[in-house]
Amino acid sequence: MENPEITDDLIAAHGLAPDEYAEILRLLNRPPTLTEIGIFSAMWNEHCSYKSSKRWLRLLPSDGPQVICGPGENAGVVDIGDGLAVVFKMESHNHPSYIEPYQGAATGMGGILRDVFTMGARPVAAMNSLSFGAPDHPRTRSLVAGVVAGIGGYGNCFGVPTIGGEVRFHPAYNGNCLVNAFAAGIARADRIFYSAASGVGRPVVYLGAKTGRDGVGGATMASAEFDDTLEEKRPTVQVGDPFTEKRLLEACLELMDSGAVISIQDMGAAGLTCSAVEMGDKGGLGIALDLDLVPVRESAMTAYEMMLSESQERMLMVLDPEKEAAARAIFDKWDLDFAVVGETIAEDRFIVRHQGAVRADLPLRALSGNAPEYDRPRAAPPAPPPLGDVPPTDAIDGLRALIGSPNHARKAWVWEQYDHTVMADTVVPPGHGAGVVRVHGTTKALAFTADVTPRYCAANPFEGGKQAVAEAFRNLICVGARPLAATDNLNFGNPEKPEIMGQFAGCIEGIAAACRALDMPIVSGNVSLYNETDGQPILPTPTIGAVGLIERLGERIAGPARPGDIAVLLGPPGRHLGQSALLWEMWGRAEGDAPPVDLAAERAAGAFILAERAAIRACTDLSDGGLALAAFEMAAAAGCGLAIEEGDTAWFFAEDQGRYLLAVPAEHAAGLVALAGQQALPARAVGSFGGDLVALGPASAPLADLVTLWSGAFAAALG
Amino acid sequence: MRTAVVVFPGSNCDRDLAVAFARATGRPPAMLWHKDTELPPGLDLIGLPGGFSFGDYLRCGAIAAHAPICRAVADFARAGGHVLGVCNGFQVLTETGLLPGALIRNANLRFVCRPVGLRVETATSAFTQGYARGQAITLPIAHHDGNYVADPATIDRLRDTDRIAFTYLDNPNGSAGNIAGILSENRRVLGMMPHPERAADPALGPGDGTPLFAGLATALANA
Repeated sequence: MENPEITDDLIAAHGLAPDEYAEILRLLNRPPTLTEIGIFSAMWNEHCSYKSSKRWLRLLPSDGPQVICGPGENAGVVDIGDGLAVVFKMESHNHPSYIEPYQGAATGMGGILRDVFTMGARPVAAMNSLSFGAPDHPRTRSLVAGVVAGIGGYGNCFGVPTIGGEVRFHPAYNGNCLVNAFAAGIARADRIFYSAASGVGRPVVYLGAKTGRDGVGGATMASAEFDDTLEEKRPTVQVGDPFTEKRLLEACLELMDSGAVISIQDMGAAGLTCSAVEMGDKGGLGIALDLDLVPVRESAMTAYEMMLSESQERMLMVLDPEKEAAARAIFDKWDLDFAVVGETIAEDRFIVRHQGAVRADLPLRALSGNAPEYDRPRAAPPAPPPLGDVPPTDAIDGLRALIGSPNHARKAWVWEQYDHTVMADTVVPPGHGAGVVRVHGTTKALAFTADVTPRYCAANPFEGGKQAVAEAFRNLICVGARPLAATDNLNFGNPEKPEIMGQFAGCIEGIAAACRALDMPIVSGNVSLYNETDGQPILPTPTIGAVGLIERLGERIAGPARPGDIAVLLGPPGRHLGQSALLWEMWGRAEGDAPPVDLAAERAAGAFILAERAAIRACTDLSDGGLALAAFEMAAAAGCGLAIEEGDTAWFFAEDQGRYLLAVPAEHAAGLVALAGQQALPARAVGSFGGDLVALGPASAPLADLVTLWSGAFAAALG
Repeated sequence: MRTAVVVFPGSNCDRDLAVAFARATGRPPAMLWHKDTELPPGLDLIGLPGGFSFGDYLRCGAIAAHAPICRAVADFARAGGHVLGVCNGFQVLTETGLLPGALIRNANLRFVCRPVGLRVETATSAFTQGYARGQAITLPIAHHDGNYVADPATIDRLRDTDRIAFTYLDNPNGSAGNIAGILSENRRVLGMMPHPERAADPALGPGDGTPLFAGLATALANA
């Protein structure tokens, strides 16, 4: 059925709106072939075209003296000095992971790693941000087990250390889990590879694994009316092969060293279609493909299937023809496919030939240039209920409620399933705020963190968007890293609902304001919409992945605290209990506004810590769980108790922003507090480290007991 | 002293092991491709690195054991050469028969990456002479299939002939006899699941892997 009748149902089954189809007819002056409809639907769906979000993404700052390449390529590129660059991005694999958690998460990991090494960088660190439904929801345990095993199975074999991330649980994710995968790599700053094709008549080369029917229509949707071979056409789950990805990495880096690569693009969503169009479009060239030359692993594949297959571990490249023999030898060495499947052409056409016929002949630039763009109606999401009375709470009871919840328990059950020490450059493993890896062969290090507080984003999208960036900023500061830049992974519900668009727009405006104020341009990112089931959307979850630079490894804030150190609170005492973790974990209440974020204060506090880092032994920011949880985590990391002065529930559990808890050697404490005072920064000694009790005012408990609860709660609920 | 590191297509600790060899010996190792059939002359030590040699979709190390280079490595070992197999390298050594027993899936079925406490069971080998017998050390592990199994007679023989190099203080994977690493009969082949090469860089803190490489360099420089 290469050319069935184009019916309204067929058009709708490809996710094309009637006015979008009218635009296709206008562009072509004739009805499209089936293959052409597939190509349009692949290019114009939300996932590839960003048609609902594009208008808003333009608000995000993406420039700065450190930025070598901002959004629009496979990943962002940022200068880290000495001729090196860090290349990074975060991307979601939410829908596939809910359907098939192991392979969904594994191929999410595969996709983000390819994005990084496509640009010529060797991946050196990975993180992931995971959101699941309530711990007692019937699907949650198996999703957690599958997703974590899938990420580990792929990343561990590939050989990249997973050094950070976050895991949360909330009933709003019962029907849609979120799997956001981050990867970063190191490249020579003067040797970054881009996707823009150049030169007419140059070979277009297919690299990597063979093409099968997996994921056909992953970006579109086939319907029952399509034809009567539904079972054969039904999108099959993509299956990851990290061993092939590892070989593809090594072969691509060797190929790039050989000088044979003019441009290169990985095949992700809508594989061959998206990658070919992208390379032609960016280079102002046309592309002609001959599908008879594509390496396939299934028989009788149609042009439609080959153009829409999402088989993994594949790349497309424009080759310097003089170096073809050397390039082919590299792929032979690694036992990977290398096939010339087409050429660049001068005309603005995307021509696809298969079995002696032209299956598609489209204006190439229009495929991306004329993609629809919507300014969808938006409405302010409903305000949360006001904050009611908060009963007086014994601080240790409150702390136990937090550390006994899978949300705030130690996540070692998760990250011990990820190899976080491969490459032998890991400085700070997961579980301590930002993860840190050394830049191999140098004394520099990079810090990585992934953050968002969806409770805040739901209550107040603008402040929630700001807060996600501010928390990422603080986590980098805590290890003594200078924040460099960020990537965003924007997960939301159905954008056709005005209140969801309201959340989306509000969060973006908040992220943009914070990124501007904190000099953290967004250099790459990804949008995942339609995270809804039965009309129930997820919490708005704009994950921020951020990267910071430690110029000299010896100058980082290494921790841990030691007995006798003074606990210094940098920032004002807490007052804001609205949307706090305590409210939610203790009483299941989501009330009040999100804490406001004072960006000037964030910047000043961060600058102070970096300037005075030599006097600071350990540092953590105050976020979920406020002072009490920050103090406990510092004590647990140090294996030593602490005492914090008495205060009310807000003193211990409020989540006012812009605050840090510092462990300062006693001889430096008074001086540091005085110095902060001179800069009009609130700072005060609030306790000290020592002994084996955690004492929060008059309430206390043995550190060892609390650590047992904290260390076991995750596995008890989900293991 | 001349060293070499074998590179299978899915090795991912080959660089890390090479860095550790180079740091200890002052000389970068030769990197041996799995399709090679001959070794460079004059080698004293060959490393089989961690990773997923051929994807390990079947038994870990099973396909690697049949790679052309492994025939040369086996000849080298039988001729008295020193071979260090770490993690996947240990799995390859059991698959080639250079070491007894096998490494099966961890008892809890999950991949595990964490620092573990080990006891050095013997200081009588080029690999362990940098430690004291009975010394407690900490090294990272990162594996899915590190559960050492062998028939009781083999375990007894390993114990009776002082060929157990390291045991776990708190068994992370179900290994028989808490075994983390074993020596060959001539004590010149060591297979171990923990990664000494990830704990051998002074810039990243005191590393208990350092004495292994330093001990090897001393022993083989004097050989």
